[in-house]
Amino acid sequence: MSSLVVESPGLLTTVQDLGREGFGPLGVSPSGAADPVALRLANLLVGNEASTAALEMTLMGGTFVFTEGAVITLTGADFGATLNGRSVEMWMQQAVQPGARLALGSTKNFARSYLAVAGGIRVTPFLGSASTHLLSGLGGHEGRALRKGDVLQLGTPDTKIHKRRISPAVLSRLEPGKVLRVTEGPQSDQFSEEAKQFFFRAMFRMSEDSDRMGLRLEGPALAAKKAGEMITEGVPLGAIQVTPSGQPIVLFVEQQTTGGYPKIANVIGADLHHLGQLRPRDEIRFERTSLAVARSLWIEQERLLNSPEQLFA
Amino acid sequence: MRFCAASDQAMLVYLGEGISLPTHERILKLLRLLQKEPPEWLRNLQPAYNSLMVTFDACRVDHAEVEAALRELAERAEATRAGKTRTVEIPVCYGGEFGPDLDEVAKAHGLSAAEVIELHASRTYHAYFLGFAPGFAYLGDLPEAIATPRLETPRKKVPAGSVGIAGKQTAVYAFATPGGWRLIGRTPVAVFRSDRKPMELIAIGDLVRFRPITREEFRKLETA
Repeated sequence: MSSLVVESPGLLTTVQDLGREGFGPLGVSPSGAADPVALRLANLLVGNEASTAALEMTLMGGTFVFTEGAVITLTGADFGATLNGRSVEMWMQQAVQPGARLALGSTKNFARSYLAVAGGIRVTPFLGSASTHLLSGLGGHEGRALRKGDVLQLGTPDTKIHKRRISPAVLSRLEPGKVLRVTEGPQSDQFSEEAKQFFFRAMFRMSEDSDRMGLRLEGPALAAKKAGEMITEGVPLGAIQVTPSGQPIVLFVEQQTTGGYPKIANVIGADLHHLGQLRPRDEIRFERTSLAVARSLWIEQERLLNSPEQLFA
Repeated sequence: MRFCAASDQAMLVYLGEGISLPTHERILKLLRLLQKEPPEWLRNLQPAYNSLMVTFDACRVDHAEVEAALRELAERAEATRAGKTRTVEIPVCYGGEFGPDLDEVAKAHGLSAAEVIELHASRTYHAYFLGFAPGFAYLGDLPEAIATPRLETPRKKVPAGSVGIAGKQTAVYAFATPGGWRLIGRTPVAVFRSDRKPMELIAIGDLVRFRPITREEFRKLETA
């Protein structure tokens, strides 16, 4: 059977797909790729369903050997990949010979790089998804990040694959940004006008202890008017909650499903994939938008991602 | 009934303004109806004490349409009968290494450790909802006599199976996660297992009782 041997895992490499949505009543957050746009495009490039399992690498990639020939692609951040020592062009399909070695280094631009293989990576699904949920040790490959010596089984590609690449226009349109658009959070009225103005004017720096659960931001403290008087409630992906110390935390893919801190704002759906490409110490800013604008941006982005004739060059 | 946009793709509906069993029952009924007849646009549901967060497919509907649909469903849900409730018994070894905060909780209330254990195990608790992490059930209400605020500084890692209290709530940690609840004991029973059916030990709407066990029983159940 065709497989992928992990010679070195990189900093944090996990199996991810588009996550398991719908299990809130069990306290299970969706998880899934931190940059779902990059994962979807990677899968489409190798002829997979958009939601197929692939590898997500963080800040520094690993080295992998393919036991059989395969068709692969790399999307997301540029980790300076080489295939048998020759540099690999990203966002396009690559043919790999049996025994080939794919080596990735440190990031040159953003936080996460995706490796998709035609046929996908085969793991036992948990609640219908291959995504790794690190905190609970569920899903993915044994519920954990990959280690040296792991062997991942690859699926069989079931379609004739057309050689193609993502169009430069699409790439520039979806390029990770550092200005994140947000809508008002359900407790935004618990913050003073001054705190809110501050929130939209200030630059925030992504802290080193950010992870797939949440992005911790450093910047001006944003005190809520009355702290700790909230009843715990459901929290959406991209919610910006403010702890009693005034530190904002953006809830991310492996988020807690409920929380009791007031939420000042929420990153819009169309900008969620940018969060997955932020690196520690990156400086970001928030820009206010309306629910109606957020919705039309989302519909537009989904339309693009579902239009092969626009995506491929 | 009150509605609030939680995000551009999620709506919070509040069915009461405080923590109470009648509100919990309304949340549970609406949740059950949405699970039984999921609208095409429904992506996820997150119940809590007095709210239900509904995540929707924004390509199909907007907040106004979701609100209208939920108003109608909530009205129908009111007329439904609550399902049968299950009682779950959870064996707990209190104190010692399993409950590092037990003595402090006792001291704070002028009680002995044995009295805290007796009070904690004397109640039948309601599972208001599962949240935070997989299988983590928010149970209430704790007897007022042992209600204790959260730790000032949360622990970086709470061992799986730990039984904690916070305010008037109690819960069992399903996984080794960070946590700020005061730990008074531990259960040897797995709270969430992906290879078990159902995966969760406690489900929303369940009644829960804690049964004090000895160290020996803990070891026996742990290896069982």
